[in-house]
Amino acid sequence: MTPKTETVTLIREKALWMRRTAFSMVHKAQLGHPGGDFSAIDILATLYFGVMRYDATRPEWAERDRFIMSKGHATGALYSALCAAGYFPEGWLQTYMQPRSKLNGHPNRNYLPGIETNTGPLGHGFPVATGIAIAGQLTGADYRTFVLTGDGEQQEGSNWEAAMTAGFRKLENLTLIIDRNRLQQGQSTEDTTGMDPMDDKYRAFGFEVAVVDGHDLGALYDVLSASPKGRGKPLCVIANTVKGKGVSFMENQAKWHHGVPDDAQFAQAMKELV
Amino acid sequence: MSHVGPVKAGLADCRNAWVETLEALAAEDERIVAVVNDSVGSSKLNGFQKKFPDRLINVGIAEQLMVGVAAGLANGGRIPFVSAASCFLTGRSLEQVKADVAYANFNVKLVGQSSGVAYGELGATHHSIEDFAWLRVLTTITTIAPADAWETAQAVKWAAEHDGPVYLRLSRMPVPDLDIPGRTFTPGKAEVVRKGSDVTVIACGTTVHLAAEAADKLSDKGLSVRVLNMATINPIDVDAILAAARETGAIVTVEEASVRGGLGGAVAEITAGECPVPVERLGFPGFVVTGSTEWLFEEYGLSVAGISAAVRKVLARVTK
Repeated sequence: MTPKTETVTLIREKALWMRRTAFSMVHKAQLGHPGGDFSAIDILATLYFGVMRYDATRPEWAERDRFIMSKGHATGALYSALCAAGYFPEGWLQTYMQPRSKLNGHPNRNYLPGIETNTGPLGHGFPVATGIAIAGQLTGADYRTFVLTGDGEQQEGSNWEAAMTAGFRKLENLTLIIDRNRLQQGQSTEDTTGMDPMDDKYRAFGFEVAVVDGHDLGALYDVLSASPKGRGKPLCVIANTVKGKGVSFMENQAKWHHGVPDDAQFAQAMKELV
Repeated sequence: MSHVGPVKAGLADCRNAWVETLEALAAEDERIVAVVNDSVGSSKLNGFQKKFPDRLINVGIAEQLMVGVAAGLANGGRIPFVSAASCFLTGRSLEQVKADVAYANFNVKLVGQSSGVAYGELGATHHSIEDFAWLRVLTTITTIAPADAWETAQAVKWAAEHDGPVYLRLSRMPVPDLDIPGRTFTPGKAEVVRKGSDVTVIACGTTVHLAAEAADKLSDKGLSVRVLNMATINPIDVDAILAAARETGAIVTVEEASVRGGLGGAVAEITAGECPVPVERLGFPGFVVTGSTEWLFEEYGLSVAGISAAVRKVLARVTK
Protein backbone atom coordinates (compact mmCIF):
# COMPACT_ATOMS: atom_id res chain seq x y z
CA MET A 1 0.00 0.00 0.00
CA THR A 2 1.13 3.57 -0.60
CA PRO A 3 1.50 5.80 2.46
CA LYS A 4 -1.71 7.63 1.57
CA THR A 5 -3.61 4.38 1.18
CA GLU A 6 -2.31 3.19 4.52
CA THR A 7 -3.30 6.44 6.17
CA VAL A 8 -6.77 6.41 4.66
CA THR A 9 -7.23 2.83 5.80
CA LEU A 10 -6.30 3.86 9.34
CA ILE A 11 -8.65 6.84 9.18
CA ARG A 12 -11.46 4.55 8.02
CA GLU A 13 -10.88 2.15 10.91
CA LYS A 14 -10.82 4.96 13.42
CA ALA A 15 -13.93 6.58 11.96
CA LEU A 16 -15.84 3.33 12.25
CA TRP A 17 -14.73 2.91 15.85
CA MET A 18 -15.71 6.53 16.58
CA ARG A 19 -19.20 6.06 15.10
CA ARG A 20 -19.81 2.91 17.13
CA THR A 21 -18.37 4.53 20.25
CA ALA A 22 -20.26 7.82 19.90
CA PHE A 23 -23.54 6.02 19.35
CA SER A 24 -22.92 3.76 22.35
CA MET A 25 -22.29 6.84 24.49
CA VAL A 26 -25.49 8.48 23.29
CA HIS A 27 -27.45 5.27 23.75
CA LYS A 28 -26.20 4.84 27.30
CA ALA A 29 -26.69 8.49 28.26
CA GLN A 30 -29.96 8.79 26.33
CA LEU A 31 -28.62 12.24 25.53
CA GLY A 32 -26.49 13.70 22.78
CA HIS A 33 -26.44 14.92 19.20
CA PRO A 34 -25.73 11.83 17.11
CA GLY A 35 -26.82 13.26 13.75
CA GLY A 36 -24.13 15.93 13.90
CA ASP A 37 -21.62 13.49 15.39
CA PHE A 38 -21.98 11.27 12.35
CA SER A 39 -21.74 14.04 9.78
CA ALA A 40 -18.50 15.25 11.39
CA ILE A 41 -16.71 12.03 12.37
CA ASP A 42 -14.95 11.43 9.04
CA ILE A 43 -13.54 14.97 9.25
CA LEU A 44 -12.27 14.49 12.82
CA ALA A 45 -10.84 11.07 12.04
CA THR A 46 -8.96 12.53 9.07
CA LEU A 47 -7.54 15.35 11.19
CA TYR A 48 -6.52 13.26 14.18
CA PHE A 49 -5.22 10.22 12.30
CA GLY A 50 -3.95 11.67 9.08
CA VAL A 51 -3.18 15.35 9.35
CA MET A 52 -2.56 16.90 12.75
CA ARG A 53 0.71 17.09 14.68
CA TYR A 54 0.15 16.47 18.38
CA ASP A 55 1.36 14.47 21.33
CA ALA A 56 -1.44 13.23 23.56
CA THR A 57 0.97 12.90 26.46
CA ARG A 58 1.75 16.64 26.20
CA PRO A 59 -1.58 18.37 25.58
CA GLU A 60 -0.04 21.78 26.38
CA TRP A 61 2.85 21.38 23.90
CA ALA A 62 3.16 24.87 22.42
CA GLU A 63 3.86 23.67 18.88
CA ARG A 64 0.86 21.33 18.63
CA ASP A 65 -1.68 21.74 15.89
CA ARG A 66 -5.00 22.84 17.34
CA PHE A 67 -8.45 21.51 16.60
CA ILE A 68 -11.47 23.44 17.81
CA MET A 69 -14.89 21.86 17.79
CA SER A 70 -17.01 24.95 17.36
CA LYS A 71 -20.15 22.83 16.97
CA GLY A 72 -19.61 21.91 20.59
CA HIS A 73 -22.74 19.80 20.85
CA ALA A 74 -21.07 17.09 18.75
CA THR A 75 -19.19 15.71 21.74
CA GLY A 76 -19.83 12.12 20.68
CA ALA A 77 -17.51 12.82 17.76
CA LEU A 78 -15.01 14.91 19.73
CA TYR A 79 -14.67 12.65 22.76
CA SER A 80 -14.39 9.49 20.70
CA ALA A 81 -11.67 11.18 18.62
CA LEU A 82 -9.72 12.39 21.66
CA CYS A 83 -9.98 8.98 23.29
CA ALA A 84 -8.83 7.23 20.13
CA ALA A 85 -5.96 9.70 19.93
CA GLY A 86 -4.88 8.68 23.42
CA TYR A 87 -5.84 11.74 25.45
CA PHE A 88 -7.76 9.73 28.05
CA PRO A 89 -8.65 6.13 28.84
CA GLU A 90 -11.55 4.40 27.14
CA GLY A 91 -13.32 3.83 30.45
CA TRP A 92 -14.03 7.53 30.76
CA LEU A 93 -16.36 7.35 27.76
CA GLN A 94 -18.79 5.35 29.87
CA THR A 95 -19.34 8.40 32.07
CA TYR A 96 -20.60 10.61 29.22
CA MET A 97 -22.93 13.21 30.77
CA GLN A 98 -23.18 11.30 34.05
CA PRO A 99 -23.06 13.34 37.29
CA ARG A 100 -19.58 14.89 37.78
CA SER A 101 -18.29 13.37 34.54
CA LYS A 102 -15.37 15.03 32.79
CA LEU A 103 -17.32 14.37 29.62
CA ASN A 104 -19.80 17.22 29.86
CA GLY A 105 -22.49 17.61 27.20
CA HIS A 106 -20.35 20.38 25.70
CA PRO A 107 -16.55 20.33 25.93
CA ASN A 108 -14.71 21.99 28.81
CA ARG A 109 -10.95 22.35 28.49
CA ASN A 110 -10.59 22.40 32.26
CA TYR A 111 -12.11 18.91 32.49
CA LEU A 112 -10.30 17.04 29.74
CA PRO A 113 -6.91 17.17 28.05
CA GLY A 114 -6.92 17.88 24.33
CA ILE A 115 -9.75 20.39 24.39
CA GLU A 116 -8.54 23.77 23.18
CA THR A 117 -11.44 25.95 24.29
CA ASN A 118 -14.92 25.67 25.74
CA THR A 119 -17.64 25.64 23.13
CA GLY A 120 -21.37 25.05 23.04
CA PRO A 121 -22.92 28.38 22.24
CA LEU A 122 -22.52 28.61 18.47
CA GLY A 123 -20.25 31.06 16.73
CA HIS A 124 -17.48 30.99 19.35
CA GLY A 125 -14.92 28.58 17.90
CA PHE A 126 -13.98 30.48 14.75
CA PRO A 127 -13.07 33.72 16.61
CA VAL A 128 -11.00 31.79 19.15
CA ALA A 129 -9.28 29.85 16.35
CA THR A 130 -8.54 33.17 14.67
CA GLY A 131 -6.86 34.36 17.86
CA ILE A 132 -4.79 31.17 18.06
CA ALA A 133 -3.70 31.65 14.45
CA ILE A 134 -2.79 35.30 15.11
CA ALA A 135 -0.67 34.17 18.08
CA GLY A 136 1.13 31.76 15.76
CA GLN A 137 1.64 34.47 13.18
CA LEU A 138 3.04 36.84 15.83
CA THR A 139 5.55 34.32 17.11
CA GLY A 140 6.44 32.69 13.82
CA ALA A 141 5.23 29.31 15.07
CA ASP A 142 4.30 26.87 12.35
CA TYR A 143 1.44 25.07 14.08
CA ARG A 144 -1.85 24.82 12.22
CA THR A 145 -5.26 25.66 13.61
CA PHE A 146 -8.37 23.81 12.45
CA VAL A 147 -11.87 24.83 13.42
CA LEU A 148 -15.02 22.91 12.55
CA THR A 149 -18.35 24.70 12.48
CA GLY A 150 -21.78 23.51 11.56
CA ASP A 151 -23.38 25.00 8.49
CA GLY A 152 -26.38 26.33 10.42
CA GLU A 153 -23.83 27.75 12.86
CA GLN A 154 -22.62 30.03 10.10
CA GLN A 155 -25.78 32.05 10.72
CA GLU A 156 -24.07 33.47 13.81
CA GLY A 157 -22.62 36.86 12.93
CA SER A 158 -19.46 36.34 14.96
CA ASN A 159 -18.25 33.95 12.24
CA TRP A 160 -18.25 36.76 9.73
CA GLU A 161 -16.38 39.03 12.10
CA ALA A 162 -13.74 36.30 12.26
CA ALA A 163 -13.81 35.80 8.50
CA MET A 164 -13.04 39.48 7.93
CA THR A 165 -10.02 39.49 10.21
CA ALA A 166 -8.73 36.04 9.16
CA GLY A 167 -8.86 37.01 5.51
CA PHE A 168 -7.40 40.45 6.11
CA ARG A 169 -4.51 39.04 8.13
CA LYS A 170 -3.88 36.26 5.60
CA LEU A 171 -3.82 33.60 8.29
CA GLU A 172 -2.58 30.77 6.10
CA ASN A 173 -2.16 28.40 9.04
CA LEU A 174 -5.88 28.65 9.78
CA THR A 175 -8.34 26.19 8.27
CA LEU A 176 -12.08 26.60 8.67
CA ILE A 177 -14.06 23.44 7.96
CA ILE A 178 -17.80 23.74 7.50
CA ASP A 179 -19.80 20.58 8.16
CA ARG A 180 -22.26 21.18 5.33
CA ASN A 181 -24.97 18.66 6.14
CA ARG A 182 -27.65 21.15 5.11
CA LEU A 183 -29.80 20.46 8.17
CA GLN A 184 -29.97 22.53 11.30
CA GLN A 185 -31.87 21.61 14.46
CA GLY A 186 -35.32 22.29 13.09
CA GLN A 187 -35.18 22.16 9.31
CA SER A 188 -32.92 22.58 6.31
CA THR A 189 -30.51 25.51 6.24
CA GLU A 190 -31.82 26.52 2.84
CA ASP A 191 -35.37 26.80 4.19
CA THR A 192 -34.16 28.84 7.17
CA THR A 193 -31.96 31.64 5.89
CA GLY A 194 -30.37 30.17 2.78
CA MET A 195 -26.62 29.67 3.07
CA ASP A 196 -25.53 29.15 -0.52
CA PRO A 197 -23.30 30.10 -2.15
CA MET A 198 -20.98 29.54 0.79
CA ASP A 199 -17.92 29.11 -1.42
CA ASP A 200 -18.34 32.51 -3.03
CA LYS A 201 -18.92 34.11 0.33
CA TYR A 202 -15.66 32.82 1.74
CA ARG A 203 -13.75 33.61 -1.44
CA ALA A 204 -15.01 37.17 -1.12
CA PHE A 205 -13.66 37.28 2.43
CA GLY A 206 -10.18 36.35 1.23
CA PHE A 207 -10.16 32.60 1.77
CA GLU A 208 -9.00 29.83 -0.49
CA VAL A 209 -12.03 27.58 -0.78
CA ALA A 210 -12.21 23.84 -1.36
CA VAL A 211 -15.50 22.01 -1.70
CA VAL A 212 -15.21 18.31 -0.94
CA ASP A 213 -17.32 15.27 -0.19
CA GLY A 214 -17.04 15.21 3.58
CA HIS A 215 -17.19 11.42 3.65
CA ASP A 216 -14.55 10.84 0.97
CA LEU A 217 -11.59 10.17 3.22
CA GLY A 218 -9.05 10.41 0.42
CA ALA A 219 -10.37 13.79 -0.65
CA LEU A 220 -10.48 15.05 2.94
CA TYR A 221 -6.95 13.83 3.51
CA ASP A 222 -5.66 15.54 0.38
CA VAL A 223 -7.20 18.91 1.08
CA LEU A 224 -6.43 18.98 4.80
CA SER A 225 -2.89 17.61 4.67
CA ALA A 226 -1.70 19.94 1.91
CA SER A 227 0.94 22.31 3.26
CA PRO A 228 -0.38 25.79 3.94
CA LYS A 229 3.06 27.35 3.37
CA GLY A 230 2.88 30.04 0.75
CA ARG A 231 -0.88 29.89 0.39
CA GLY A 232 -1.05 33.44 1.68
CA LYS A 233 -4.65 33.11 2.80
CA PRO A 234 -6.73 31.01 5.16
CA LEU A 235 -8.39 27.89 3.84
CA CYS A 236 -12.11 27.20 3.99
CA VAL A 237 -13.09 23.59 3.40
CA ILE A 238 -16.77 23.16 2.70
CA ALA A 239 -17.35 19.50 3.49
CA ASN A 240 -20.60 18.28 1.99
CA THR A 241 -21.83 15.78 4.53
CA VAL A 242 -24.87 13.75 5.47
CA LYS A 243 -26.40 14.24 8.88
CA GLY A 244 -26.56 10.81 10.54
CA LYS A 245 -24.09 9.37 8.00
CA GLY A 246 -23.61 5.63 8.33
CA VAL A 247 -26.95 4.56 9.78
CA SER A 248 -29.74 4.10 7.27
CA PHE A 249 -32.64 5.34 9.36
CA MET A 250 -30.73 8.42 10.60
CA GLU A 251 -29.37 9.81 7.38
CA ASN A 252 -30.67 13.23 6.38
CA GLN A 253 -33.22 13.28 9.19
CA ALA A 254 -33.30 16.55 11.15
CA LYS A 255 -34.95 14.73 14.07
CA TRP A 256 -31.65 12.92 14.68
CA HIS A 257 -29.99 16.24 15.52
CA HIS A 258 -30.57 15.37 19.17
CA GLY A 259 -32.59 12.21 18.74
CA VAL A 260 -31.46 9.26 20.88
CA PRO A 261 -31.84 5.58 20.02
CA ASP A 262 -33.96 3.00 21.80
CA ASP A 263 -32.49 -0.46 22.24
CA ALA A 264 -33.80 -1.79 18.92
CA GLN A 265 -32.49 1.23 16.99
CA PHE A 266 -29.16 0.91 18.72
CA ALA A 267 -28.90 -2.77 17.82
CA GLN A 268 -29.82 -2.01 14.21
CA ALA A 269 -27.20 0.74 14.02
CA MET A 270 -24.51 -1.56 15.41
CA LYS A 271 -25.37 -4.08 12.68
CA GLU A 272 -24.92 -1.42 10.02
CA LEU A 273 -21.73 0.12 11.46
CA VAL A 274 -19.32 -2.65 10.51
CA MET B 1 -19.10 67.67 41.65
CA SER B 2 -15.98 68.88 43.28
CA HIS B 3 -12.99 67.08 41.90
CA VAL B 4 -10.69 68.65 44.43
CA GLY B 5 -11.20 67.30 47.90
CA PRO B 6 -9.16 67.73 51.01
CA VAL B 7 -7.47 64.46 50.13
CA LYS B 8 -5.01 66.08 47.76
CA ALA B 9 -5.21 68.75 45.16
CA GLY B 10 -4.53 67.81 41.55
CA LEU B 11 -6.40 65.34 39.43
CA ALA B 12 -5.25 62.53 37.21
CA ASP B 13 -6.73 60.73 34.23
CA CYS B 14 -6.15 57.10 35.22
CA ARG B 15 -5.87 56.10 31.58
CA ASN B 16 -2.38 57.60 31.58
CA ALA B 17 -1.36 55.30 34.41
CA TRP B 18 -2.90 52.40 32.47
CA VAL B 19 -0.94 52.96 29.27
CA GLU B 20 2.31 53.93 30.93
CA THR B 21 2.23 50.75 32.99
CA LEU B 22 1.20 48.58 30.06
CA GLU B 23 3.93 49.96 27.82
CA ALA B 24 6.55 49.37 30.50
CA LEU B 25 5.35 45.80 31.03
CA ALA B 26 5.16 45.13 27.30
CA ALA B 27 8.75 46.29 26.88
CA GLU B 28 9.80 43.62 29.36
CA ASP B 29 7.47 40.82 28.27
CA GLU B 30 6.87 40.16 24.60
CA ARG B 31 3.88 37.96 25.41
CA ILE B 32 1.82 41.05 26.26
CA VAL B 33 -0.46 42.15 23.42
CA ALA B 34 -3.32 44.60 23.18
CA VAL B 35 -6.62 43.79 21.45
CA VAL B 36 -8.97 46.59 20.48
CA ASN B 37 -12.16 47.30 18.58
CA ASP B 38 -11.01 50.40 16.74
CA SER B 39 -10.51 51.85 20.23
CA VAL B 40 -6.85 52.81 20.03
CA GLY B 41 -7.40 56.50 20.73
CA SER B 42 -10.03 56.15 23.45
CA SER B 43 -7.80 53.57 25.15
CA LYS B 44 -4.83 55.94 24.78
CA LEU B 45 -2.93 53.14 23.05
CA ASN B 46 -1.39 55.24 20.28
CA GLY B 47 2.00 55.11 21.98
CA PHE B 48 1.74 51.35 22.49
CA GLN B 49 0.88 50.97 18.82
CA LYS B 50 3.92 52.98 17.78
CA LYS B 51 6.24 50.97 20.00
CA PHE B 52 4.74 47.55 19.33
CA PRO B 53 2.84 47.78 16.04
CA ASP B 54 2.51 44.00 15.58
CA ARG B 55 1.28 43.53 19.11
CA LEU B 56 -1.66 45.90 18.76
CA ILE B 57 -4.39 43.76 17.28
CA ASN B 58 -7.27 45.83 16.01
CA VAL B 59 -10.11 43.56 14.92
CA GLY B 60 -12.33 46.45 13.94
CA ILE B 61 -15.74 47.16 15.38
CA ALA B 62 -16.35 43.53 16.26
CA GLU B 63 -16.55 42.93 20.00
CA GLN B 64 -17.52 39.26 19.87
CA LEU B 65 -14.45 38.59 17.77
CA MET B 66 -12.33 40.84 19.97
CA VAL B 67 -12.96 38.73 23.07
CA GLY B 68 -12.84 35.42 21.20
CA VAL B 69 -9.52 36.37 19.61
CA ALA B 70 -8.18 37.23 23.05
CA ALA B 71 -9.06 33.74 24.30
CA GLY B 72 -7.27 32.32 21.27
CA LEU B 73 -4.22 34.49 21.87
CA ALA B 74 -4.10 33.16 25.42
CA ASN B 75 -4.30 29.62 24.05
CA GLY B 76 -1.32 30.53 21.89
CA GLY B 77 0.69 31.69 24.91
CA ARG B 78 0.13 35.43 24.65
CA ILE B 79 -1.11 37.69 27.47
CA PRO B 80 -3.85 39.74 25.85
CA PHE B 81 -5.15 43.00 27.29
CA VAL B 82 -8.48 43.69 25.61
CA SER B 83 -9.17 47.39 25.78
CA ALA B 84 -12.51 48.85 24.76
CA ALA B 85 -15.33 51.01 26.05
CA SER B 86 -16.68 48.96 28.90
CA CYS B 87 -20.29 49.26 27.71
CA PHE B 88 -19.43 47.35 24.51
CA LEU B 89 -16.74 45.13 25.99
CA THR B 90 -19.08 43.73 28.61
CA GLY B 91 -22.44 44.16 26.94
CA ARG B 92 -21.89 43.32 23.31
CA SER B 93 -19.61 40.39 23.99
CA LEU B 94 -21.07 39.15 27.26
CA GLU B 95 -21.45 35.57 26.01
CA GLN B 96 -17.82 35.54 24.84
CA VAL B 97 -16.79 36.93 28.22
CA LYS B 98 -18.77 34.17 29.88
CA ALA B 99 -17.89 31.17 27.69
CA ASP B 100 -14.50 32.01 26.14
CA VAL B 101 -12.92 33.84 29.07
CA ALA B 102 -14.65 33.03 32.37
CA TYR B 103 -15.81 29.45 31.81
CA ALA B 104 -12.82 28.43 29.71
CA ASN B 105 -10.70 30.24 32.32
CA PHE B 106 -8.21 31.76 29.88
CA ASN B 107 -5.51 34.20 30.88
CA VAL B 108 -7.28 37.19 29.34
CA LYS B 109 -7.31 40.72 30.75
CA LEU B 110 -10.42 42.71 29.94
CA VAL B 111 -9.92 46.44 30.35
CA GLY B 112 -13.14 48.43 30.33
CA GLN B 113 -12.53 52.04 29.44
CA SER B 114 -14.82 54.98 30.16
CA SER B 115 -16.95 52.91 32.47
CA GLY B 116 -19.94 54.05 34.50
CA VAL B 117 -21.42 57.26 33.15
CA ALA B 118 -18.19 58.65 31.70
CA TYR B 119 -20.01 59.19 28.43
CA GLY B 120 -22.59 61.33 30.30
CA GLU B 121 -24.75 63.03 27.71
CA LEU B 122 -24.38 60.20 25.18
CA GLY B 123 -26.88 58.28 27.21
CA ALA B 124 -27.57 54.80 28.51
CA THR B 125 -26.38 52.98 25.37
CA HIS B 126 -22.90 54.24 26.14
CA HIS B 127 -23.04 54.01 29.91
CA SER B 128 -21.65 50.96 31.60
CA ILE B 129 -23.46 50.77 34.90
CA GLU B 130 -24.50 47.12 34.48
CA ASP B 131 -21.02 45.63 34.14
CA PHE B 132 -20.47 44.88 37.83
CA ALA B 133 -23.71 42.91 37.97
CA TRP B 134 -22.98 41.04 34.74
CA LEU B 135 -19.42 40.12 35.60
CA ARG B 136 -19.73 39.61 39.33
CA VAL B 137 -21.62 36.36 38.72
CA LEU B 138 -18.79 35.12 36.49
CA THR B 139 -16.83 34.08 39.53
CA THR B 140 -13.58 33.16 37.82
CA ILE B 141 -13.00 36.74 36.69
CA THR B 142 -11.21 38.98 39.16
CA THR B 143 -12.93 42.35 38.86
CA ILE B 144 -11.09 45.48 39.94
CA ALA B 145 -12.18 49.12 39.85
CA PRO B 146 -9.14 51.22 40.81
CA ALA B 147 -9.74 54.43 42.74
CA ASP B 148 -6.86 56.51 41.46
CA ALA B 149 -3.81 56.58 39.20
CA TRP B 150 -1.55 54.77 41.66
CA GLU B 151 -4.03 51.96 42.13
CA THR B 152 -4.62 51.76 38.38
CA ALA B 153 -0.92 51.18 37.79
CA GLN B 154 -0.79 48.56 40.54
CA ALA B 155 -3.84 46.78 39.17
CA VAL B 156 -2.44 46.66 35.63
CA LYS B 157 0.84 45.30 36.95
CA TRP B 158 -0.91 42.69 39.06
CA ALA B 159 -3.17 41.66 36.17
CA ALA B 160 -0.18 41.03 33.94
CA GLU B 161 1.41 38.77 36.55
CA HIS B 162 -1.76 36.96 37.56
CA ASP B 163 -2.53 33.79 35.62
CA GLY B 164 -6.28 34.02 35.06
CA PRO B 165 -9.06 36.22 33.75
CA VAL B 166 -9.27 39.79 35.04
CA TYR B 167 -11.65 42.68 34.42
CA LEU B 168 -10.15 46.11 35.07
CA ARG B 169 -12.84 48.74 35.19
CA LEU B 170 -11.24 52.06 34.36
CA SER B 171 -12.63 55.55 34.05
CA ARG B 172 -11.77 58.62 32.07
CA MET B 173 -13.00 60.82 34.88
CA PRO B 174 -10.10 62.69 36.52
CA VAL B 175 -9.68 61.79 40.18
CA PRO B 176 -7.32 62.90 42.94
CA ASP B 177 -4.65 60.67 44.40
CA LEU B 178 -5.95 59.14 47.62
CA ASP B 179 -2.58 59.91 49.19
CA ILE B 180 -2.55 57.10 51.74
CA PRO B 181 0.93 56.69 53.24
CA GLY B 182 2.56 53.27 52.90
CA ARG B 183 -0.06 51.85 50.57
CA THR B 184 0.10 48.35 49.25
CA PHE B 185 -2.18 46.86 46.64
CA THR B 186 -3.68 43.51 47.54
CA PRO B 187 -6.41 42.26 45.23
CA GLY B 188 -9.40 40.97 47.13
CA LYS B 189 -8.60 43.08 50.18
CA ALA B 190 -10.36 46.29 51.11
CA GLU B 191 -8.13 49.28 51.74
CA VAL B 192 -8.84 51.36 54.82
CA VAL B 193 -9.02 54.95 53.58
CA ARG B 194 -10.37 56.35 56.85
CA LYS B 195 -10.63 54.62 60.20
CA GLY B 196 -13.96 54.93 61.98
CA SER B 197 -16.38 53.25 64.33
CA ASP B 198 -19.86 54.81 63.93
CA VAL B 199 -20.63 53.85 60.36
CA THR B 200 -18.81 52.50 57.27
CA VAL B 201 -18.83 53.86 53.75
CA ILE B 202 -17.70 51.27 51.22
CA ALA B 203 -16.80 52.75 47.85
CA CYS B 204 -14.91 51.80 44.72
CA GLY B 205 -13.42 53.47 41.68
CA THR B 206 -14.28 57.12 41.06
CA THR B 207 -16.34 57.48 44.24
CA VAL B 208 -13.71 56.61 46.85
CA HIS B 209 -12.27 60.10 47.10
CA LEU B 210 -15.79 61.48 47.53
CA ALA B 211 -16.40 59.08 50.39
CA ALA B 212 -13.14 60.17 52.01
CA GLU B 213 -14.09 63.82 51.72
CA ALA B 214 -17.54 63.13 53.14
CA ALA B 215 -15.99 61.27 56.07
CA ASP B 216 -13.70 64.22 56.79
CA LYS B 217 -16.67 66.61 56.77
CA LEU B 218 -18.70 64.33 59.02
CA SER B 219 -15.84 63.92 61.45
CA ASP B 220 -15.92 67.68 61.94
CA LYS B 221 -19.44 67.07 63.21
CA GLY B 222 -18.34 64.36 65.58
CA LEU B 223 -19.05 61.27 63.50
CA SER B 224 -16.44 58.58 63.16
CA VAL B 225 -16.80 57.27 59.62
CA ARG B 226 -14.83 54.29 58.35
CA VAL B 227 -14.13 54.44 54.62
CA LEU B 228 -13.16 51.33 52.71
CA ASN B 229 -11.84 51.31 49.17
CA MET B 230 -13.34 48.09 47.82
CA ALA B 231 -11.42 48.08 44.56
CA THR B 232 -11.88 44.36 44.08
CA ILE B 233 -15.52 43.59 43.46
CA ASN B 234 -14.81 39.92 42.85
CA PRO B 235 -13.61 38.13 44.89
CA ILE B 236 -14.93 40.65 47.41
CA ASP B 237 -13.44 41.09 50.87
CA VAL B 238 -16.11 39.35 52.94
CA ASP B 239 -14.12 39.74 56.15
CA ALA B 240 -13.84 43.51 55.81
CA ILE B 241 -17.57 43.79 55.08
CA LEU B 242 -18.53 41.67 58.07
CA ALA B 243 -16.08 43.53 60.31
CA ALA B 244 -17.66 46.79 59.19
CA ALA B 245 -21.11 45.43 59.95
CA ARG B 246 -20.14 44.12 63.38
CA GLU B 247 -17.95 47.01 64.45
CA THR B 248 -19.85 49.98 63.03
CA GLY B 249 -23.40 48.64 62.70
CA ALA B 250 -24.35 50.49 59.51
CA ILE B 251 -23.04 50.61 55.96
CA VAL B 252 -23.33 52.94 52.98
CA THR B 253 -22.13 51.70 49.60
CA VAL B 254 -21.13 54.07 46.82
CA GLU B 255 -20.42 53.11 43.23
CA GLU B 256 -20.59 54.62 39.76
CA ALA B 257 -22.82 51.74 38.75
CA SER B 258 -26.28 50.32 39.16
CA VAL B 259 -27.39 49.84 42.75
CA ARG B 260 -28.46 46.36 41.67
CA GLY B 261 -25.99 43.53 41.59
CA GLY B 262 -22.74 45.44 42.00
CA LEU B 263 -20.84 46.56 45.08
CA GLY B 264 -24.02 47.48 46.96
CA GLY B 265 -25.65 44.23 45.95
CA ALA B 266 -22.66 42.23 47.15
CA VAL B 267 -22.55 44.03 50.49
CA ALA B 268 -26.28 43.50 50.96
CA GLU B 269 -25.96 39.78 50.15
CA ILE B 270 -23.13 39.30 52.61
CA THR B 271 -24.57 41.31 55.47
CA ALA B 272 -28.04 39.81 55.05
CA GLY B 273 -26.55 36.34 55.26
CA GLU B 274 -24.20 36.77 58.17
CA CYS B 275 -24.73 40.02 60.04
CA PRO B 276 -27.84 41.99 59.06
CA VAL B 277 -27.34 45.72 59.52
CA PRO B 278 -28.91 48.68 57.73
CA VAL B 279 -27.34 49.22 54.31
CA GLU B 280 -27.90 52.23 52.06
CA ARG B 281 -26.81 51.79 48.46
CA LEU B 282 -25.77 54.83 46.44
CA GLY B 283 -25.52 54.49 42.71
CA PHE B 284 -27.86 54.57 39.76
CA PRO B 285 -31.35 53.09 40.05
CA GLY B 286 -31.45 52.13 36.36
CA PHE B 287 -31.19 54.02 33.08
CA VAL B 288 -30.42 57.61 33.95
CA VAL B 289 -31.74 60.85 32.49
CA THR B 290 -29.66 62.98 30.14
CA GLY B 291 -26.81 64.93 31.67
CA SER B 292 -23.07 65.36 31.92
CA THR B 293 -21.02 63.00 34.04
CA GLU B 294 -20.57 65.64 36.73
CA TRP B 295 -24.25 66.51 36.71
CA LEU B 296 -25.28 62.86 36.92
CA PHE B 297 -22.98 62.35 39.91
CA GLU B 298 -24.67 65.24 41.73
CA GLU B 299 -28.16 64.27 40.64
CA TYR B 300 -27.87 60.69 41.88
CA GLY B 301 -26.10 61.50 45.12
CA LEU B 302 -22.59 60.45 44.17
CA SER B 303 -21.26 63.54 45.91
CA VAL B 304 -20.00 64.61 49.30
CA ALA B 305 -23.48 65.93 50.13
CA GLY B 306 -25.17 62.81 48.82
CA ILE B 307 -22.88 60.46 50.73
CA SER B 308 -23.28 62.54 53.91
CA ALA B 309 -27.06 62.38 53.56
CA ALA B 310 -26.92 58.61 53.06
CA VAL B 311 -24.78 58.26 56.18
CA ARG B 312 -27.34 60.17 58.24
CA LYS B 313 -30.12 58.10 56.72
CA VAL B 314 -28.50 54.77 57.49
CA LEU B 315 -27.68 55.86 61.02
CA ALA B 316 -31.31 56.82 61.57
CA ARG B 317 -32.26 53.25 60.68
CA VAL B 318 -30.05 51.70 63.33
CA THR B 319 -32.21 50.42 66.17
CA LYS B 320 -30.79 51.70 69.38
